[in-house]
Amino acid sequence: MHHRPATTESAPVRWLLIGLALLALSLFLLLPLLAVFVEAFRRGADVFFAALHTESALSAVRLTLIAAAISVPLNTVFGLAAAWTITKHRFRGRALLLSLIDLPFAVSPVIAGLVWVLLFGAKGWFGPWLAAHDIKIIFDLPGIILATVFVTFPFVARELIPLMEAQGSDQELAAVTLGANGWQMFWRVTLPNIKWGLLYGVLLCNARAMGEFGAVSVVSGHIRGKTNTLPLHIEVLYNEYQFSAAFACATLLGLLALVTLGLKTAVEQITHQRASRHH
Amino acid sequence: MSKHRVIPGFGLSLGFTLTYLSLIILIPLAALFLKAGGLGPAEWWRILSTPRVLAAAKLTFGASAAAAAVSAGVGLLVTWVLVRYRFPGRRLLDAMVDLPFALPTAVAGITLTSIYAPNGWIGHYLAGWGIQGAYSPFGVFIALTFIGFPFVVRTVQPVMEDLGVEFEEAAATLGAGRLTVFWRVILPALTPALVTGFTLAFARAIGEYGSVIFISGNLPMKTEILPLLIVSQLEQYKYREAAVIAAAMLLVSFALLFLINLLQRHLDWHKR
Repeated sequence: MHHRPATTESAPVRWLLIGLALLALSLFLLLPLLAVFVEAFRRGADVFFAALHTESALSAVRLTLIAAAISVPLNTVFGLAAAWTITKHRFRGRALLLSLIDLPFAVSPVIAGLVWVLLFGAKGWFGPWLAAHDIKIIFDLPGIILATVFVTFPFVARELIPLMEAQGSDQELAAVTLGANGWQMFWRVTLPNIKWGLLYGVLLCNARAMGEFGAVSVVSGHIRGKTNTLPLHIEVLYNEYQFSAAFACATLLGLLALVTLGLKTAVEQITHQRASRHH
Repeated sequence: MSKHRVIPGFGLSLGFTLTYLSLIILIPLAALFLKAGGLGPAEWWRILSTPRVLAAAKLTFGASAAAAAVSAGVGLLVTWVLVRYRFPGRRLLDAMVDLPFALPTAVAGITLTSIYAPNGWIGHYLAGWGIQGAYSPFGVFIALTFIGFPFVVRTVQPVMEDLGVEFEEAAATLGAGRLTVFWRVILPALTPALVTGFTLAFARAIGEYGSVIFISGNLPMKTEILPLLIVSQLEQYKYREAAVIAAAMLLVSFALLFLINLLQRHLDWHKR
């Protein structure tokens, strides 16, 4: 008789547990993913492509790309600066700073939009001043960008801090000893070391920026063809019972999610291989 | 600070970090608390004690707690299978766990609605048993479970990977069955991570908006969640009501985060 180790389960139990987990994940994750594409093509490929080719869909895609193109670099620079401060230096209030960076994770997207309305909305703190100077923030692109920046604020920093903490500062110290200045050290030593983690953080930040709904919904004003991002456009189509068109636009964001997950797995694979090569 | 700084860039990076943090996060949040705090306790009470707010709060916190609990259970099973067993497709499964993180909430919302609607793939089976999937509190629970589930897996996974088998071997040597070992040895070691995962899923569920508003049906007093209530107050230009509800929600979320921090510190202390 074949003896199994005392620290694992018998084969039937093992396969039962694997089966249950597979069932749960397919019902829970695979089915929704499948449903996006099935619903999108329910009325044929013509309807699918027609839905993507409308003026309002194209303008929504354009606005989504613009908002992400501005918010993601901002939060990337912040992520690098914050990670540099926190992992390469020791100072009073460091733990507090770490907690504050995580703060947006605990804020509802709706509240992330609301704070900007309270500041810059028509009845907000700076509302009258902005109106007098004919500057529009809420119900316009600046508001959408501010809401997106708030929601995606911690993503890059959160990815870089544990990575740079684990790498330590030995290589940077060596570079200083050899006479490198700060920027040389950053470009030649730090950046090559963190590039995969940085890429992953940027990907996550971008996926969330392009997909953000609640915060953007509060500040956008839903002006069709003008302040509707792709997720908001999906909502409008859905509420008008244009289900196939709504799901057609949803496939774009579904693909974005799949690409993000695929790249994430690839990046993890690369960093894993490099880590095992070093040991 | 007595130690001389060797690595340059401290002043510049700290200055930038603090300025950006203040402009994007701290000042806007302070503006919210100033607006809400300036109204006084009587006004807070008047706004928060209306039946519509209370009903929304009950649904939001109740459905979030139920969803986080189910996420903890299913998450534990999935983590166990991912960490302990080797089988074809395990990598793919592991990657799939993050789908709710990557899939925009609006897409999750309309998709879950189509699946759990009375004529949907799962909804029509539920209807056969007399259960209403979408457009009911149960629908809210489904969306929140979808959103919260990865938090549990990603919190428990690293702890389970680090768990040595020594204690399990010792327990087995002493004659404990596999189930006893699980309840008495493995589960206690995983409990702090499970509680952290539960709290993260719970905190995220409280604020969730996009995936819920499609599946809930948004009936005031019945299937209306707190974030939606904030939006509907804003749409009527009732800034004070919106600010007070938001501030109250934030206080609960911050308290939860503080609890997680305490728990984490406790964990780190134990590891030493």
